[in-house]
Parts: sequence; structure tokens; C-alpha cells
Amino acid sequence: MSRITSPAELETFRKGLLSKRDPNKPCITLCSGSACHASGSGEVAASLEAELTKQGLTDSVDIRRTGCHGFCERGPIIVIHPEEICYFQIKPEDIPEIISQTIVEKKVIERLLYNDPATNEKIIHESEIPFYKNQERLVFGSNGSIDPKSIEDYLAIGGYSALAKALSEMSAEQVLSEVKKSNLRGRGGGGFPAGRKWEGSRNAPEPIKYVIVNADEGDPGAYMDRALLEGNPHAILEGLTLGAYAIGAHEGYIYVRQEYPLAVQNVHIAIQQAEEYGFLGKNILGSGFDFKVIVHQGAGAFVCGESTALMTALEGRAGEPRPKYVRSNIKGLWERPSVLNNVETWANVPLIINKGADWFTQLGTAGSKGTKIFSLVGKITNTGLVEVPMGTPLRDIIYKIGGGILNNRKFKAVQTGGPSGGCIPEQLLDLEVGFDELTKAGSMMGSGGMIVMDEDTCMVDVSRYFIEFLTDESCGKCTPCREGLRQMLKILTNITEGKGKEGDIELLEALSETAIEGALCALGKSAPNPFLSTLRYFREEYEAHIKEKRCPALSCKELIAYYIDPAKCKACMTCRRKCPADAVDGGKNLIHIIDQAKCTKCGTCFEACPPRFGAVTKISGVPVPPPIAEEERIIKKSKEK
Amino acid sequence: MDNERIDQIIAKHHGEASSLIQVLLEIQSENNWLPKEVLERVGEKLQVPLTRIQHIATFYKAFSLVPKGRHGIHICMGTACHVRGAKRVLDTVQEATGIKPGETDLDLKFSLETVNCLGCCALGPVMEVDGKTYGKMVPGDTADVLKNYE
Repeated sequence: MSRITSPAELETFRKGLLSKRDPNKPCITLCSGSACHASGSGEVAASLEAELTKQGLTDSVDIRRTGCHGFCERGPIIVIHPEEICYFQIKPEDIPEIISQTIVEKKVIERLLYNDPATNEKIIHESEIPFYKNQERLVFGSNGSIDPKSIEDYLAIGGYSALAKALSEMSAEQVLSEVKKSNLRGRGGGGFPAGRKWEGSRNAPEPIKYVIVNADEGDPGAYMDRALLEGNPHAILEGLTLGAYAIGAHEGYIYVRQEYPLAVQNVHIAIQQAEEYGFLGKNILGSGFDFKVIVHQGAGAFVCGESTALMTALEGRAGEPRPKYVRSNIKGLWERPSVLNNVETWANVPLIINKGADWFTQLGTAGSKGTKIFSLVGKITNTGLVEVPMGTPLRDIIYKIGGGILNNRKFKAVQTGGPSGGCIPEQLLDLEVGFDELTKAGSMMGSGGMIVMDEDTCMVDVSRYFIEFLTDESCGKCTPCREGLRQMLKILTNITEGKGKEGDIELLEALSETAIEGALCALGKSAPNPFLSTLRYFREEYEAHIKEKRCPALSCKELIAYYIDPAKCKACMTCRRKCPADAVDGGKNLIHIIDQAKCTKCGTCFEACPPRFGAVTKISGVPVPPPIAEEERIIKKSKEK
Repeated sequence: MDNERIDQIIAKHHGEASSLIQVLLEIQSENNWLPKEVLERVGEKLQVPLTRIQHIATFYKAFSLVPKGRHGIHICMGTACHVRGAKRVLDTVQEATGIKPGETDLDLKFSLETVNCLGCCALGPVMEVDGKTYGKMVPGDTADVLKNYE
């Protein structure tokens, strides 16, 4: 492939590509994102290839291994084009039937379709499934239709046209002013307006500048950046190149977690292809603009998601944040102006350049424009990545798209914004998502993690969990964060273990205040948020733990006991056989009793007990009833009575 | 790991001190841990003091200064896995292997680590052994999975 040297040449090449592609030719797309891969999409792909060869169809059917489709709960996912027939939870054994029935005979296989739990109807097309129907997939939508390892797939859907447009028709100032006008705000945490950040760098006197992709997606429970990098890496490269053009940078970095091997691999492939085709390197599309991109793998440190820490890490040092007396867009990497934006932010840029800021600002709320990808996880029926316009009520995301709470349990709270965010309770479910709206409710947008919690989730434990996470990840530079969090963790652990005492809440509040006031970086300042927001909405849970030594959610191990209700136990031996600690005493027709001294509280018996009996229960705050007398334990069959 | 291979890796990264983390990552992934002699060689070649290498090798989670077991177990403790019971999964793995997170058993069979999100939140709780992901784990099943590893 020789380099494409002008926008006109790109369009000719694109036309050539499209003319070679028959839109009516059957094409099977198979999700090969990380979650689907873990559920076996690799084996499904192998089976697909083998079966097509076996039936002599390799030339008449295309297979495309795409990135994440978002509906991870139901993976591996297959979509058959052009009909757009969507099959879920595919196993290698299903493939022969799919080929012979759907591809050859054009028949739909009922059992593999999505069954709408609300109406109990089978749905054939992807776009009609409630999970997808209620989304607005502007940034994320292409993931399902392109092979991330193929630049030609990206070109076929109009890829690099924004770059061609900018380089040939727009000055750098125009690109910048379009992004400024769009009011695109950073999708990674702070929500700082990207255009303003860019402008600062552009106007800085230092001639050498950098653009950086922050793909150090450290927030546990958020994986949209991973899905974008894995599934559509060229979109991020295109956005980054546009940003470089706007501010006058000739070098860019992608800082990606080494925990995401597929993302690292796909980004490397994409860069190589873009260089080969002439979208990176010297004199891009004949414009005279030069730009190169370097990939830097993170080595595992949450704090490196913070902009200044990330830049320190890029310099080859331990990633500790530094004071922002001068912002990093003026003095950043190697003390030079550096624009750092998150993956999703960069992916929005080509859309804005192609369709214009006016189009972009139609979507969203007054302060938050465009769409946002959320990772909807936890106790939710439809786990996955969802993209909705800013301003969508939380309730719609959780119930219309997410399908409500898992196993029909009761909703308790949704945690947004990662470890620095907060929990939003049920009474605020009609809140419209947006940067300012979430902050007002005591949480934040963060990178878009949305962890749904039900009545079985203990809010004190959630707060302890996040503080533990942050204690572990604190870089250790400032005392209020390093030592304060450690003390907070001690107190919270004590509370969840039933060792809480009067005054603990007040002490935690004082430690929180010190961290907010005294820590240097945003991570330290926001670290007490998980505690403060759970205390704000769930104070009674803290008090139950401290005063009554009771965990209302029946979740804290030290405060609960497993108990078999003798009236309900049918002596079926299921729990007895599964107990790893050998703590269940009983036998056939002999009502089971848990030996509390041996019990490790792993909960296996609770899960094993058949739901129709429901004999194993959890109790908290009250003593375990004494075992019943031996003679009462024998279950007499009705005949023997 | 011999000096020749270390030099090759350093050359691949153009021998620049700013590539220190990338060099160490590559050595870690090939050798499974970072022996002292290796770090000394890297320091010498890149002209970086050993104290700074130590700082980096202990700051980032990906590095290990002690030998690792033949099989790496990673238990995801991300928020999504946490609310679905990752702690109980971890408890049973600790019991089955006799080691705590960060430790390696005496036979060098297993190394146990917790991670803060593997990005497979739909499958939580997730356990990963040697890069193979086991999703929707229940505490009762962990011992069976580990039996497959010798």
C-alpha cells in the first residue's frame, strides 16, 4: 500500500473500497471484545471458519471479528448482515445450525434470539432490542460493524474524512474554535472543557507541544475506554491527530494500561496501518502537517490516571502528581505544553469536525453536550456499555436500558464516578445525568462507571471498599491522603467487623475534611467522597453497625451468621455436600444444622439451598437460635406417621 | 535472564532513560520477576541510579522483586465484582492455595494477586488464571478450577 497523499486520493480510494464491497453479501459479525472473548468467542470464531470451509461457503460469506457491542451480559454476540439478525450467547455447537439455517436457507433460529423479558417476545433485529433501542450510539456505534484490525473497515464507514476535511479546508484555529463551540467536556473525570484546554496550549509560547491520550482507565467498574481502544482504535488516532493539528503538536502519546493487552495490541496495529496509509507520519494527506504517535504502557498504578502523574510516568519516573500552579496544558510533559484528554473525549473529536459544533450541541443539557458512554454494571440485569445523550434520567438508564435490578431485588443505590464519586439513592433516580447535575447530588460523572447496588449491598462495606482501594493506590506524597485514608480504613473496617464505637462517624468526618483541604491532587481531595456520600444518604446503616452490631444488608461477614430454619429444611443434603468447611451436620431425613464454630461464612450453603425450600437464611444483630433437640431433627415420611 | 537479552531489550527502546518503565515491563513479562542483577545491568546501561529503579519497581504493581509461581491467579476486586461477592471468592481461593494476595506458595505453583478491574464487569465475579478468564465464579467452584493446574 502506498501512502495516500491528498483528500481527493482518499475519496477515490474509499470509493474503490466500497465498490468492491457488496452490501448484500452475507456477513457474520462476531463480537470479540474482552468480555465476549472470556465467554468463548474465540472458540466460536474457530468453529465459524471451520464450518464455512466445510460447507464450501468461504468465498460467499464474510466473517468480521469486531470489538465490543456493549451488551456484554449476553455474549458472545453474532449479528448477521444484511438482515441484521442478532443471536446471543452463542456456543461453538450452534454454528453449524446458524450456517445451514440462517445463512443458506435464510431462516431465523428462534432459540438464539433475544427474548424480551417485559413482553416475552422474541426480537430478531439488534436495533429493536430495548437495550440498544433506547441508546444513542454516536461514538460507540461503529464498534459493532468494523474489524478493529482493519483500517479499510474504518475507511469504509467514512474514517479519516474529518482529518481530510480539517487538513484541506480548515485552519488550525478553525478546528480549535469548532471544538470550543461544541463545548466538549472531558470524559475522563474532571469534565474540563476540551476547547479551553487546547487553546491554552496553542497560545503557549513554547514551540514544541504534545497531545496525549489518557487510556489509563483505572476506575474499577468502568471499561468504556478499553472497549473503544480495542474496538475502534482509528477513531481515537483520528481525534488525536485533529487535536495535534489544532494546537500545533507533532508528537502524541497514548498511555494505556498493560492490564489491557488487546487494547495495546490493536492500538499498535492501528498506528502501523495509519502510518502505512499516510494518516500519520510526514506530510499527512499532502498538507505539510507531520505527526507521530508513541504508545506507552502503564505499569499498574491508579494514580497515573491523574494528568500530572501520567505525564511524570511518561517521562519514565514514578507517577506522582505535581502541583498545578501552572496547568499542564502550559507546562506538562517535559515542561512543555501538553493537552491530555481521555479516550472517549478524543473519539468525539472526529464527529464534531465532520458534523459541526451546532449538530453536537443539539444533544445534551445546558452544561453537558453530546453523549456519554456509561458502563452499567453490578446488580443489573443487562450489564454492558451504554451510550446515551447527556440529560437522560438515571431511571431510564437503569430500567429501560439496563432492564432493572438482577433477580427482581430492590434497588438501593447507584454508584457513579469511580472511587472518587458517590452513591445516589433511590429518591434521586430521576436525576438527569450530566457533569453539574451529578456533582450537585454529591457524586460525579468521572469516567462513567455506574455500579448498581441492590438491597443486599451494604453501604458501609462499599465505602470501606473504596477507601481500601484508595489507601492502596495512594501514591504516598501527601500526608492527609497517605495517613488519613489509612486511619479511615481502620475505622471503617472496625465498623464492618462489629468493633465500631460512638464517635467513629465524627472522627471519619474530621479525617475527610483534612484530606479535602490538604491533599495536593484531585484524587486525594476527592478520596473521602465514597464515605461522605454514603453517610449523607445512608447514615442509618452506619448507626446500625455501630450501635446494634447489625448489618442491615446482611452482607458484612463478621456481623452475620448462616442459619438453617428447621421448619423449612427438607434434609436434602445439597448444602451439606457443597459446604467446603464441612460445617453442615445432618443426613438423609435428618434436619441439617450449621456448626457455627466451623462455619467460614462463605455462603455456599445459602446459594446451594434450592429456592423452593429457602431454608438457609442469614441473620444479623440477633443471636443464632440454639439447635433443636436431636429427636425433633428426624423427618418422618408421611407414610410412617 | 542474561545480559545479552537485557541489552537487546534496552536497544529496542533506543537506550533512553525515559523508556525505563517500558524496559522493565518487558523484562518482567519475559522473566516473570526482576532479579537484582538485572536491575543493576539496566541501571548501568540506561545511566539511571539503582535507587530510582527501586522506586519504580516498588511503585508500580506490575513489577515483582521476588520469583513468581508457575501459575498466576488474579482475582478481580473491581467494584462490579465486589458487589457480586468477589471477597468470598477470594476467601475460598486463599483457603485452597494457602497463600494471601501478593504471596507465592513454597512449591512455586501459584502466585495470588488481586486486581482492581479486568474490564469484564459483565462476568463478575471474575477470576483469571494464567490469562484465562473464569467468569461468574461462585465460592464453591474455585477449588475445581484450580485443580486443573499442576
